[in-house]
Amino acid sequence: MSTNAVKRTGGAGQSGDKIFSGASLLAGCLILAALFSVAVFLIIEALPVLGEDPAEITGGQGFFSYIFPIVIGTIIAAAIALLIATPLGIGVALFISHYAPRRFAQGLGYVIDLLAAIPSVVYGAWGYAVLAPQLALAYAWLAENAGWVPLFEGPASQTGRTILTAGIVLAVMVLPIITSLSREIFLQTPKLHEEAALAMGATRWEMISMAVLPFARPGIISAAMLGLGRALGETMAVALVLSGGGLTASLITSGNQTIAAEIALNFPEAYGLRLAELIAAGLVLFVITLAVNVIARWIISRHKEFSGAN
Amino acid sequence: MANATLTPRRSQLTKGKMPSYTLWVVLAGSLVLGAALAALVGFSLVPWALFSALIFIVAGTAATGVIEGARKARNRLAMFLVYGAFLVALLPLLSVIWTVLERGLPGLTYNFLFTSMNGVTGAIDNQTVEEGTPVLGGAYHAIIGTLQITLWATLISVPIGLLAAVYLIEYSTGGRLARAITFFVDVMTGIPSIVAGLFAAALFGQLFGPGTRTGFVAAVALSVLMIPVVVRSTEEMLKIVPNELREASYALGVRKWRTITRVVIPTAISGIASGVTLAIARVIGETAPILVTAGFASAINWNVFGDWMSTLPTFIYYQILTPTSPTATDPSTQRAWAAALVLIIMVMLLNLVARLIARLFAPKTSR
Repeated sequence: MSTNAVKRTGGAGQSGDKIFSGASLLAGCLILAALFSVAVFLIIEALPVLGEDPAEITGGQGFFSYIFPIVIGTIIAAAIALLIATPLGIGVALFISHYAPRRFAQGLGYVIDLLAAIPSVVYGAWGYAVLAPQLALAYAWLAENAGWVPLFEGPASQTGRTILTAGIVLAVMVLPIITSLSREIFLQTPKLHEEAALAMGATRWEMISMAVLPFARPGIISAAMLGLGRALGETMAVALVLSGGGLTASLITSGNQTIAAEIALNFPEAYGLRLAELIAAGLVLFVITLAVNVIARWIISRHKEFSGAN
Repeated sequence: MANATLTPRRSQLTKGKMPSYTLWVVLAGSLVLGAALAALVGFSLVPWALFSALIFIVAGTAATGVIEGARKARNRLAMFLVYGAFLVALLPLLSVIWTVLERGLPGLTYNFLFTSMNGVTGAIDNQTVEEGTPVLGGAYHAIIGTLQITLWATLISVPIGLLAAVYLIEYSTGGRLARAITFFVDVMTGIPSIVAGLFAAALFGQLFGPGTRTGFVAAVALSVLMIPVVVRSTEEMLKIVPNELREASYALGVRKWRTITRVVIPTAISGIASGVTLAIARVIGETAPILVTAGFASAINWNVFGDWMSTLPTFIYYQILTPTSPTATDPSTQRAWAAALVLIIMVMLLNLVARLIARLFAPKTSR
C-alpha cells in the first residue's frame, strides 16, 4: 500500500493524519513502556529486601531460603498440572480434530472453550468444596497402601486440601489452553500427508502417529509451555485449595506453597519489609513465567517459518 | 449364477472383522465386572465407572487384537483413549456448572442482589443458623464494584489496544518496533494476573504513597491483562479487511486517517467488538489483581478513585476463606456460591454477546 500520493496533497486534514498516526504509534510504545515499567516498579519496590539483615526476613535466614521452598512448590504444582493436562489436552484436541463427527466438532470445541470461561475463583471454590473432600478418601487409601512411596507418604490430609488437589485443579484450568492450541496445529496438518497415509492402508491411529503428530510436535511443545506459564502464575485455585506449609515431598499431606498463593494470602495484611518480600517474590514469578513464555513464543515463531511452505 | 459368486466375495471382504455388536457385549461385560469389583471397595458411582472403563479398554483392545490383529488393536486402543480423554475433560466442566447451580440458586434472591454486607456481622449469621431466619446480606456492593472496575479497565484498554493494533497493521512497515510490540504483546498475555496486580500496587504505591488501594488501581491492573487481548483480536480483524477497500478509498483522495476511521474500522467493527467483549469476560473474573489493589469493602462504594472496593471474585474468596461468622459458616458459603453463580452468568452472557455481535454485525461478504 503506497501512501506517498496522499501525503503530497497537503492542506486541511494533514494534521489529522499526523495526530492519528502519532497517537497509534504512542499507543504501541505505551505497551512496551508498560511491560518495561512492570519490571522497573517491581524491582524498585522489591529492592529493600536485598539490603536487609537476613534475620529480618520471614523465616530468619535471608531471602533466598524464604523464596526457595515456594519456588519449588510452584514448580511441583505446575508439573502435576502439566503431567495431567498435556496428554488429556492432546487427546481432546485429537478427538475434536480427527475423531468426532464433522457436524459436532465445532460445537464440541466451544464446549471445551467454556472451561476457559469459568473464572479461576470459581474453580478454587469448586476444588475446595467438591473435589478436595472426594480426593481425601483416595488419599487415605493411597497413604495406607502406597505409603512406602515418598510421594504418597502419610498421614493423608483429612480435608484433601493438598498440593496434588491444587495440581489437579490447575490441570483443569490449563486444559483448554493446551487443547485449543493443539487443535489449531492438528487442523493445519497437510491434508495430502494424511490422505497419503490412509491410501497406503494405514489405520487412523497410524495416520495420526505418522502424519499428524510429527507435524504438530513443536506446536504441542509450545502449547504445553504456554499452559505451564498459566499454571505457574495461577493464584486463586491454589490459594483456596491448598492448605499450605513447609516443603514436603509427599503430595497427599498439607504442605508446600506456591509463590502466587503466598502473595495473595499475605498481601492484604502486609506492610513495610513484608510487602517488599512479597513483591520480590512476585518479581521472581514474573521472571520465571516470562522465560517460559518467551521460549514458547520462540518455538511457535520458529515453527511458523517452517510450516509456511504448505 | 451372479449371486453365487457374490456371496463368498462379500464374506471375503468382512473376513477378520469384528461383528458390530462385539464392543457392546464387551461393554456390558465390563459394566458387570466393574460393579463386582467396585462392590469389593464399597460400591459407589466413581469406582464403578473407573473400574468398568479400565476393564472395557483392556478387554475391547484384547478382543480386537484376537479377532482383527495387532494393528487394528492399537488403532482401537488409541480410539478408546481419545474418546476417554474427551469424556474425562467434560467431567470437571459438568461438575463445576452443576455445583454452582445447585449451591448458588438457593441463595440467589432479590435481597442478595440488592443489599450489601454493610452491618452484617457474625452474630446475625449465627442467628440465621440457630433460628432459621433468612440469610441477610448480599453482593450488591460487589456487583457495583465489579461493573465499575471493569468499566474503567475497558475505558483504559480499548483506546490503547485499538490504536496499537492500528499502528501494527496500518502504519508499521514490519520494522523492529512493530516486531518488538508484537512479541511483547504475546509475552504480556502470559503475565500472571497477580503480577499485574502487584505492578499496579507498586506503581501507585510509588506515586501516591504506600498502601494506596482504590478501584482505579485495580482497573489499571486489569488493563495490563486486557490490553494484549484487545490488541491481538483487533489485529486479527484488521488483517482480514480487504486491501481493495483501502485502495478504493485512497483513489478517491481520502486521507489515510479518514480511511482508517471511516472504512477500515467500520468494516472490522463486529470482530473488534466481539474481541473486546471476550477481553472483558476474561478480566471480569480476575481475583488476584483485585485482592492486592482494591482491598476489600463490605459497604457500597461508587467512587473508583477513593476507598477500598469489593468485586464479585474477591467477595467469593473472602466469604469462603474468612466466613463472616467463624462458627456458623453456612450463610457465608451460601452467599459465596450465589455470587459465583452471578459471576458465571455474567461471563457466559458476555461470551454469548460476543458471539452474537460477531454473527449479527459481520460485514456482508457475498455480493
